[in-house]
Amino acid sequence: MAIQSPTVDIAAALVRPTVASASRGYWPSVGRRLRRDPVTLICAGVLLLVVLSSIAAPLLGLADPYKTSMIRRLYPLGSPSHLLGTDELGRDMFARLIYGGRLSLFMGVMPVLCALLIGGALGITAGFVGGKVNMAIMRVMDVFYAFPSVLLAISLSGAMGAGTENTLLSLTLVFIPPICRVSESVTTQVRGFDFVDAARASGASALTIVRVHVLGNVLGPILVYATSLISVAIILAAGLSFLGLGVKPPEPEWGLMLNTLRQAIYVNPVLAALPGVMIFITSICFNLMSDGLRAAMDVKA
Amino acid sequence: MLLYALRRLLYLVPVAFGVSLLVFALVHLAPGDPISAIVPPDAPHEVDDKLKEYYGFDKPLPVQYFRWLAVTLTGDLGTSIGTGRPVAAEVASAFGNTIILAIAATLFAFSLAVFLGTSAAYAKSRIVDRLVTMISLMGVSVPHFWLAIVLVIVFSVEMGVLPPMGIGPENSTGWRLDWPHLKHMILPTIALSVIPLGVVTRTVRSTVKETLSMEFVTALQAKGMRDDQILRHVLKNAAPTCLAVMGLQAGNLIGGSILIETVFAWPGTGFLLNSAIFRRDLPILQGTTLVLAGFFMLLNLTVDIIQTMVDPRIKRG
Repeated sequence: MAIQSPTVDIAAALVRPTVASASRGYWPSVGRRLRRDPVTLICAGVLLLVVLSSIAAPLLGLADPYKTSMIRRLYPLGSPSHLLGTDELGRDMFARLIYGGRLSLFMGVMPVLCALLIGGALGITAGFVGGKVNMAIMRVMDVFYAFPSVLLAISLSGAMGAGTENTLLSLTLVFIPPICRVSESVTTQVRGFDFVDAARASGASALTIVRVHVLGNVLGPILVYATSLISVAIILAAGLSFLGLGVKPPEPEWGLMLNTLRQAIYVNPVLAALPGVMIFITSICFNLMSDGLRAAMDVKA
Repeated sequence: MLLYALRRLLYLVPVAFGVSLLVFALVHLAPGDPISAIVPPDAPHEVDDKLKEYYGFDKPLPVQYFRWLAVTLTGDLGTSIGTGRPVAAEVASAFGNTIILAIAATLFAFSLAVFLGTSAAYAKSRIVDRLVTMISLMGVSVPHFWLAIVLVIVFSVEMGVLPPMGIGPENSTGWRLDWPHLKHMILPTIALSVIPLGVVTRTVRSTVKETLSMEFVTALQAKGMRDDQILRHVLKNAAPTCLAVMGLQAGNLIGGSILIETVFAWPGTGFLLNSAIFRRDLPILQGTTLVLAGFFMLLNLTVDIIQTMVDPRIKRG
């Protein structure tokens, strides 16, 4: 997966040497640029639709996603009572795809958020303090970098056993190192700017410097990088469920549905491919949105 | 140069130590103890204790770790709980199959990516550029295990032209270079190559584009050099960056192949890992992870050294 792309280069390109006071006009201008970007807006709209419909799924009057029916198995698409057909146990596919978004999106976003908190904190600490602390933190991260990310996620989940919590844990562990690395390199660069020295000379404590001067300058790049990880996380989480290592049946989840519908590829191939389409659409939208965000925030003011 | 390589190798030692710790910890992350998988729950305690003693699970963890490390360093990865065969032998035979698939996918993805990326960077028309950008976006966004299923649906179920699973025709014992075996490789290779294809195309496109805007290209044009000769210069300058990204992708491809191998029942390390997880065969899980991580580290080291060799601009101090 793409999370081990040359993060340091990306981080270097993202850093803008702005001072804390100048950032007042920055976010409004980012917003203005985003509003003029049709691709990003469309993707945000699609994502909003997917997220809202999965959150509001119980209110939409859908069929019961858990109700099985032995006589209605594998109905084709466009059946009058089941718009998108039924799965291998006769459950309504449309309902399951909508409900599936709950776990699939959660498992994609949550690990990145957790990793953002932990990895960001570790990386900023390493970058700001430097020296031995930096050495210790970054060398530990190097150990995690010695594994291909998919292998690490699967081995950890495989050892801990299937289940939503274990998947969340192993995915978080997978995403901490890349976020930490980006945060560290961005922070190291910001630390070198004169305004940090000036703040220190005027007697500001380390915590104040980080809070006031560093955080505002590094958060943007780190956030942009983190959003680019969400699509990877969604695919990876679905992949784990697909292998039977993530969400357990009968929960609706896109990866797991792909797995259980594999037996139906000879009977109803289009149906068997549907859950993957949902993963594909969300992942593409997250990627495009991340690109749009990067473009909007990257421009030197 | 040699000094640099040696230093890099030396630097790998603490990382390798950390990796071994993590791989060792895998067994102890598992719920219950590692032998509960082979002992029936109603077995008498003596059997339990005997087995624990036999596998060394009765010792304190640090002792267990160093004993495991000492044994592992001799190349002995233990015995599979499921089959009773040595783990090293199982992993070795699976690793060969994984590498074959990985090489095929790498070659396919990289050659296509270089072609697409370069033509996008050169493209005068926006359409070509847009199209290539689109392809690379698809590559990084598509769930590759889903693509594998779609490929099976299209080419095996609907058209019936390519086999849906396995490494070769029935009763085939291993991979061989002939048409029936190659036919089994086509779909897994395509499915495996989409992610590196997307990432590398993106890199090649941006790097070549950046190189094209450099002054030396204008100088060469002003000198009256032919376009294809200029292309050679451009590619040479873009190569190191692209190589670094390709190396990482080649390594990640081996991790990503776990899902693809499962879909196609390709008897590689991923397939082995997956079946080991479901039999709770922890020695296999541990051994496979260790071998793959080791390979990944060496690959990264090699890429790093090659990059330094081809790019005189990189001065490693």
